[in-house]
Amino acid sequence: MLNESILTLITFVPALGAAVVFLLPRRGRVIPAFALLVTLVTFVLSLHLPWHYDYAQRGFQFAVNVPWIAHPAIHYHLGIDGLSLWLVLLTTFLGPIGVLVSWRAIEHRTKEFYSLFLLQQTAMIGVFVALDLFLYYAFWELSLVPMAILIAMFGRRRGPRAALKFFVYTFLPSALLLVAILWLYAQTGTFDFVQLQARLASGGFASGALWWVSLAFLVAFAVKVPVFPLHGWLADVIEEAPTAMAMVVAGKLGLYSLFRFNLGLFPAQARELAPLLVAVGVIGLLYGALVALAQTDVRRVVAYAILSNLSFCTIGIFCFSLSGLNGAVYQTINEGLSGGAILVLIAFLYERYGSFDMTQYGGLASRLPMLCTLWVVTTLALVGLPLMNGFVGEFLVLSGSFPVHPGWIAAATIGVILSAAYMLWMAQRIFYGQQSLLVSERPHLDLGLREHLTLWPMAILMIVMGLASPFWMKAIDPAMSSLANHPAATPLAAPATATSMPEPLPQGGAR
Amino acid sequence: MIPMVNPALRVLPEIILTLFGILVMLADAVMAKASSRKPLGWLAVLGALAALAASLWQNRLPAGDAFYGVVRTDAFSVFFHVLIAGIVLASLLIALDAVSDTTEGLGELFALILFGAVGMMFMTSAVELLLVFIALEISSISTYIMAGFRRKSAKGPESALKYFLLGSFATAFFLYGIALVFGATGTTRIPEIASAIAAGHTPAIIYIGLAMLIVGLGFKVSAAPFHVWTPDVYEGAPSPVVALMSTAPKAAAFAVLLRIVYGAFPLLHDHWTPILWWLAVLSMTIGNLGALRQRNVKRLLAYSSIAHAGYLLVAFAALSADGIAAASFYAVAYAIMNVGIFAVISHAGGYEDRLTLIDDYRGLAWRSPLLGGVMAFFLISLIGIPFTGGFFGKFYVFVAALHSGLIWLAIIGLVNSGIAAWYYLRVATAIYSRPSESSPVHSLPRPSLALLLALVITVSGTLILGIFPGGVLSSARAAAATYTSVSPVPSSSGTSAADTTAQH
Repeated sequence: MLNESILTLITFVPALGAAVVFLLPRRGRVIPAFALLVTLVTFVLSLHLPWHYDYAQRGFQFAVNVPWIAHPAIHYHLGIDGLSLWLVLLTTFLGPIGVLVSWRAIEHRTKEFYSLFLLQQTAMIGVFVALDLFLYYAFWELSLVPMAILIAMFGRRRGPRAALKFFVYTFLPSALLLVAILWLYAQTGTFDFVQLQARLASGGFASGALWWVSLAFLVAFAVKVPVFPLHGWLADVIEEAPTAMAMVVAGKLGLYSLFRFNLGLFPAQARELAPLLVAVGVIGLLYGALVALAQTDVRRVVAYAILSNLSFCTIGIFCFSLSGLNGAVYQTINEGLSGGAILVLIAFLYERYGSFDMTQYGGLASRLPMLCTLWVVTTLALVGLPLMNGFVGEFLVLSGSFPVHPGWIAAATIGVILSAAYMLWMAQRIFYGQQSLLVSERPHLDLGLREHLTLWPMAILMIVMGLASPFWMKAIDPAMSSLANHPAATPLAAPATATSMPEPLPQGGAR
Repeated sequence: MIPMVNPALRVLPEIILTLFGILVMLADAVMAKASSRKPLGWLAVLGALAALAASLWQNRLPAGDAFYGVVRTDAFSVFFHVLIAGIVLASLLIALDAVSDTTEGLGELFALILFGAVGMMFMTSAVELLLVFIALEISSISTYIMAGFRRKSAKGPESALKYFLLGSFATAFFLYGIALVFGATGTTRIPEIASAIAAGHTPAIIYIGLAMLIVGLGFKVSAAPFHVWTPDVYEGAPSPVVALMSTAPKAAAFAVLLRIVYGAFPLLHDHWTPILWWLAVLSMTIGNLGALRQRNVKRLLAYSSIAHAGYLLVAFAALSADGIAAASFYAVAYAIMNVGIFAVISHAGGYEDRLTLIDDYRGLAWRSPLLGGVMAFFLISLIGIPFTGGFFGKFYVFVAALHSGLIWLAIIGLVNSGIAAWYYLRVATAIYSRPSESSPVHSLPRPSLALLLALVITVSGTLILGIFPGGVLSSARAAAATYTSVSPVPSSSGTSAADTTAQH
């Protein structure tokens, strides 16, 4: 009973909360407290999922599938597999943290902020659980709107511009995505993901048209990730957006969609484009790292660090080895967690000193020891220190993809070294060395209770995910194994396109 | 023909509106000169409500003709009757909110709105081209007058004159088209035209006649290249009037276009499809590119309405069953969101247009979260974001297009909707930017009951169309089903052929 309605509950409790927020009085901290309650309830509800998830079973679980609109045939079809399971959990986990980090930062128009924030939660969770393409697209587009309004209204000075850039960047490719989805519907008569997957795998479609369709999917998702040449919006948005939004704007939505649709629906076409995407991934990785090295604004450092880390996921995805895919999923979660944590830390730093310029800082470690500790923990997680979550993801991606593209991956390892350089350098400049003027003249308040509550769950999770990765992997691995190349097992490619696979399959690492 | 039904019942909404119009006009004449005319507006609202109820009731009548086969009530006419009555209702509420007690000629304005609605309703139920023409004139003449209602402003008379000159030119085209069609087929009744064509050996002037009819209606729906009047007229007319004239006459004209192309000329399908294909592409592209350059919000929305006419015409190029339903649904979705946004504009700008430029709207959401939020909501719907009527309308239109294999039309259309996002967002970001000290949004009037009612109707309508479109969709499909018996089914896709047979 609960298993059937749990996904609906998790998805729509925040939206319901958003509606209730409008009815609450603006007095005191009633509204943020209520938003916190809603996000916590959502998180607790979502804990039901890993608890009752059947790890032995493949396919979608907790499914609900009822007709929504008779013609065109649109179903309200939700369900999760090992991939979406953890992304839903990540989203609900970051919900309360997003509220806590906005607690003091958002003073005016709290009603608008928190109701849009909760609506954004619904949209993001909806993207992960929707299995009907129409429903998925609806959530996908919906996720743009609260985000853009929040950036415009609550961002910093150039917020409106950043919001416009973000929206236009992501909306135009989405329009083509809609053409592609409608084309699939016109050809197959269904929006259902499972049915579509079976239809497309059985072949019988013009491979040229499918190629264009898969390209429309790919571009829409690549912009949202963002993948290297399409990342123009990222730095501006991270710089201008309120922290709660900057934490969730990049990465998981786009990467999830790449996994689900480009790999799930168009495996053959994805493999055709793979060499290009691996190359783009490695270039993005190095480019992001090099640009990050040259920044002095901490938010821009983090923005390019995020670009660099997300490129890692792209590489892992498009090598199609099982461990690479597993690593890419793990890295997607890590990025949401550690990238979010560093943005929260920056927000707390800014609340104290009012500056994003790292050259103005120095010697903060002795004054704010707790903040410094957590910053260093997060930094180490981001650079992939063993025993931290980042290490698991990076190791899996690198070891899984090296046999496929040794040259590119060798270059990618340089990016790993560079990431250590810019992250550690940033920590060094802020927390160590001579105390700067800015630091010495302000009062030093170390983390308060609210800030501890925000940061510790993330820090603990980073370490636990580094130590106990099998707990997560036991769901991810079965979901990914159907997407990976199996040198000996069933051919995935449709008959029509089986001949056009330019890249050799991984063969025991020999090249 | 079903003889049991009293013919008067088949035109009941029109009769009600006429009576209320006359009542308003007479009351206006006998009332003291200084007294407020607002009660007359509420009387008109009552009339619109009664017409709405009568239109809904007509659904229970068996489909059939009246007055010697001149008027036809069927699912199609009822669908558009309800839509027009709804728009008139909302527009009257918007007008009641925007005007002050001393606004000049208020009684006439309310009466004209009702009389115009009579014309629009007849347009959707007429199956005799001459009645269509008369109805078109009734509707147009009321709108010409209303467009110039602010006689003291420089733009008012310009707006009315421009609209009148180009409009009468277009109706002349329409009339000439009727004459040519009559010459070719010997009849002006829509079903008889279809059977005359089916009987064969119609002279070639019928093509010219059809083209002229399309030109005349193209002007009324402001499809490019017949759109040049739109921005000037919208800019000069009072906002409540624009709310009406940008939606109701257009919906009626689209209904006439549907009646004519699918009712009278289904066999010439291959000839008019390319024309409408090009009209759709031109309208979408010219509308959207034109809107990109606008700084005046009403002009921007004028270009946006051209683009939306283009999206709607996409449905015409698709196959009949899907296409008619999609076009009807889109007409509803567009009308509701457009009336909604003009409700906000008319309240914020007032009858005299205090706010004109996009920059004037800076900070609207900070000053009044309700108005700003609602305006942003309608902009989002116009962009076509899911869970709004605008999205589902667009979705349905492009599903129909792709079903009929019109991939290029769908791509052009959706790329256009991507471009459109840009200019709608310029307005939206202005609304959500912080206002400057001297911004005109600081002097907003308090929302009146009438405005709140109009907003409730339009917002809930847009949400229902976006989340639970099933009801309106099935009505639209029922409306479309009235045509499937006469239209050819050039089936290229298995699914839509199956749909068509499912209708019988």
